[in-house]
Amino acid sequence: MATIVAQNSPQVQSPRSPQSQNMLFLTVSVMDPDKRGTGVQAYMSYPVITKTNLPDYKGPEITVERRYSDFVWLRDRLFEKYKGIFIPPVPEKSAVEKFRFSAEFIDMRRQGLNVYINRIASHPELRQSEDLKTFLQEDGETMERLRFQETGIFNRKPSDLIQIFKDVQSKVSDVVLGKEKPVEETTPEYEKLKRYIYELEDHLAEAQKQAYRMVKRHKELGQSLLDFGKAIKLLGACEGESLGKAFSELGTKSESLSHKFEDEARNLLMNFEEPLKDYVHDVQSIKATMVERANAFKLKCELSETTKLKEINLEKLMLVRSDKVGEAEIEYRKLNTESEEATRRFELIVKLMDEEMVRFQEEKTTDLGLAFHEFAKGQAKLGKDIATAWRSLLPKIEACSVSSH
Amino acid sequence: MYWANSDWAWDKIEGDFLTCYLRVTAGKCNPLSFSRHRNFPISSDSEISSKEKTEKMMMGSETTEHTFGTPQKSPPSLPEDMETLNLSDVYKSAISSPSSSVTITNSSIHSLPPITTSDPHLLISTQPQSSPLRNPKSPNSSPFLDPPSYADVVFSPFHNSNNDNGNSDSVESSSASSSTSTVLGITSYISERPPRSSSIYREISVSDPRKVQDSSNTLVTSTYVTYLISTRTSDTEYKVRRRFRDVVTLSDRLAEAYRGFFIPVRPDKGVVEGQIMQQQDFINQRRLALEKYLRRLSVHPAIEKSRELGIFLQVDGKLQLPMTTDVASRMLDGAVRLPKQLFGEVREGCVAQNEVAQPAKGGRDLLRIFKELKQSMTNDWSGTKPSVIEEDKQFLEMKEKVQDLEQQLSTSSQQAEGLVKAQQDICETMRDLGFAFVNLTKFETENTLDDIQKVRAVEIRRVATASVKASRFYQELTSQTMKYLDTLHEYLGKMLAIRVAFSDRTNALLTVQTLLSDLNSFQLKAEKLKAASSKIFGGDRSRLRKVEELKETIRITEDAKKVALEEYERIKENNSTELERLGREKKDDFLDMLKGFVVNQVGYAERIALVWEQAAQETSVYVKQ
Repeated sequence: MATIVAQNSPQVQSPRSPQSQNMLFLTVSVMDPDKRGTGVQAYMSYPVITKTNLPDYKGPEITVERRYSDFVWLRDRLFEKYKGIFIPPVPEKSAVEKFRFSAEFIDMRRQGLNVYINRIASHPELRQSEDLKTFLQEDGETMERLRFQETGIFNRKPSDLIQIFKDVQSKVSDVVLGKEKPVEETTPEYEKLKRYIYELEDHLAEAQKQAYRMVKRHKELGQSLLDFGKAIKLLGACEGESLGKAFSELGTKSESLSHKFEDEARNLLMNFEEPLKDYVHDVQSIKATMVERANAFKLKCELSETTKLKEINLEKLMLVRSDKVGEAEIEYRKLNTESEEATRRFELIVKLMDEEMVRFQEEKTTDLGLAFHEFAKGQAKLGKDIATAWRSLLPKIEACSVSSH
Repeated sequence: MYWANSDWAWDKIEGDFLTCYLRVTAGKCNPLSFSRHRNFPISSDSEISSKEKTEKMMMGSETTEHTFGTPQKSPPSLPEDMETLNLSDVYKSAISSPSSSVTITNSSIHSLPPITTSDPHLLISTQPQSSPLRNPKSPNSSPFLDPPSYADVVFSPFHNSNNDNGNSDSVESSSASSSTSTVLGITSYISERPPRSSSIYREISVSDPRKVQDSSNTLVTSTYVTYLISTRTSDTEYKVRRRFRDVVTLSDRLAEAYRGFFIPVRPDKGVVEGQIMQQQDFINQRRLALEKYLRRLSVHPAIEKSRELGIFLQVDGKLQLPMTTDVASRMLDGAVRLPKQLFGEVREGCVAQNEVAQPAKGGRDLLRIFKELKQSMTNDWSGTKPSVIEEDKQFLEMKEKVQDLEQQLSTSSQQAEGLVKAQQDICETMRDLGFAFVNLTKFETENTLDDIQKVRAVEIRRVATASVKASRFYQELTSQTMKYLDTLHEYLGKMLAIRVAFSDRTNALLTVQTLLSDLNSFQLKAEKLKAASSKIFGGDRSRLRKVEELKETIRITEDAKKVALEEYERIKENNSTELERLGREKKDDFLDMLKGFVVNQVGYAERIALVWEQAAQETSVYVKQ
């Protein structure tokens, strides 16, 4: 297991490999984790190896140890700082506690984190962030301090984050769907985008659900083949001579094929279901950005409204009470600056989002294409393996046939 | 003695694959794909339309009449205007889309690359042909029975004519054999074995269930169902109407006349008539079960030639089957009761005789007979009477072997059902996944914000198409798997017939031994009386009369013993010829099963692999360097 993982992990998962750009590169590998601590305190510690020639970094190869919550910290920091940019989602925590330390889950998580960190490392904006540099270079103590320093909602434990995420989600729908009756963007383009994103999530969720069921079905069929094989072998024991042997061979083949289905189930989970889930999370990340955009728009509108009122007020004052004009003017200017700032911020979000959407669409096309390829490849291999295995029985059955006549 | 677990197998045999499968999948999406070889009529259904549309869209230019299973579960939302969505336009524009950074080959979706049968690696020909599995005589031809009409999904599954329904299949499958023989490398595996027995009954079908008012009883109105039984022989065709009760009579008569034979077990009475007789599916299920039963009888080498079956199949009108046709067994019946009567158990014997006279009337099923017999065994023979001593070691060994076989068959058939179910599940999920992607394709196409979505839509559609295609193959595979593994169920049913035949033997031995011991005691009694009477000169008249009576009794019992012994020997003979026949047939049938199972597994796995291989090739541009 470990060797397989080690072979896979040093590759950059993101399709937009930075190596092609100006020969400057930043590749990160999340390696097989070690278990640290005991009981409830237990966690997995992932070696994170960074290879780069970027001048801001300490050296060409840096190794640090990071735990899951550090990855979450990075995401939260980036989300706060890079409004308008779709921050890659952190792979999910295991919903079921007892699977937390299962080999299958751990490897999936590692792979997921590897994809996640490389998506940040290859993002044109995010890769330049200070937080990423910190994450990739600082020692464990500094990292821990930073994690606890965080104020606000992100100071909490990751489990609380799920609740917060849910809150955000409901807020998202409230804000974006206009339940709060706020001032809202109503351009046809944005409306279209909003509808697209919301419906896309449903479609993707359905596809992901079916993909997950496929994983389960493969496991089940594998199990059935195993049981069937065992029963057939016993039945073969009731038959004498060559026929009994043919039965026994059939049983053995059936048993061995069950492993092929298990392998394919794993392949499906890692390379088909996981990217689809990632896609769903990305869409959710877009929705989070949409909330930010809505908030920025609201602020912009409110400020410009207030500014307008102040302006009218100022004009009035100029006519009637010149003594208060000075104070009001300062207030007006301050507000005006703020309003302009809010507008700028909103416009930046809009601009970034437009760029991000283009990037998102392209990235997802390649991601999905790859997932489909893996799916098709796995199924083709499975089919071939099955055919080969069963085919090898045919001469034996034929021999049996001959001997009986 | 009797088998300790005599009850459990009854559940099993009644549920051959059909019923078991119905039970297993009841209430969930079940394509009923086995209808292909079961002629299970499923009424056509408008529900399929939306799915059909999707299929049309998926498969592009092909006109397809094939429908995809029975969508009892509503498919993913597919608006009505599905077919108006012109995907090929979208497809073209996606290819020429300037922003498209992905090269798309034009060879996709519409068809698989042509497969020539000269390819030595391919097991199954792709030449389009009508499915050999479709039964032309099927009364209700529903869309579900139709084979897929487009070339790349159609290929003929392999099957042997004499798989389990014996001669009934052979007429239809002649076309199949000619087509499969073109397949390279596999010909020898599927060479047709000549029909096992050249039965005089070429084809038996049970059809046209009809409700009839029972006129014999004017006080209580009751109805029963009659079935049209058509039988074809080499030169003529018979049509008779029979009700279930007649079948019970037939099976009872056969059981009397053919003791020691492995007589196919008749379908269970099932549910109480009044409650469920109204329901169409019950009648249909019974019709199928009867058909299967009669077909099995018609290929049994001994039963086939029986007068009972002949009359049942050929003579129209009220079924006139003499109560006991076999002289020996009738005499035996008398002989068995004779000692009882002498011991003053007359009444009991009479009651039993009455009951035997009208076996069908009481609606007794075999289970009850079985239980009663078992009961009587323990009641009558456990105490004073000598227990049955079977001395034939070979027979005992054989019995044990059969018991073991039954156990393994039971497990295997259960696991076979599990396998079929798992294949069915993967087929359904594959299809659902396909439809989820169809919806996504449609969504991406209708809500275009960016040109690259069109590229993505093409990719999604590829995977959707491949999924649906693969799902179809899985479905075909499932029905083939079910068909071949049904042999396991078939043999589990036969095990029951063997039990009955073995118990015939045990009972006959019991009779012989009982008569022997009775004879012994009569003789002792006669000697005592003789000795006692000889002491009195001139003889004690009453005693002498008693001695004479006893002599008569002894004579009758001697005769009965002789008959019983002959009967026992005959049954033994029957048992062993039947066992020999079973061994032979089992080997053939199991070989057919293995072949059919494996060949279809190989064939469909290859087809599925091919579908995905193409999809993998089409998406290979996404693999990173």
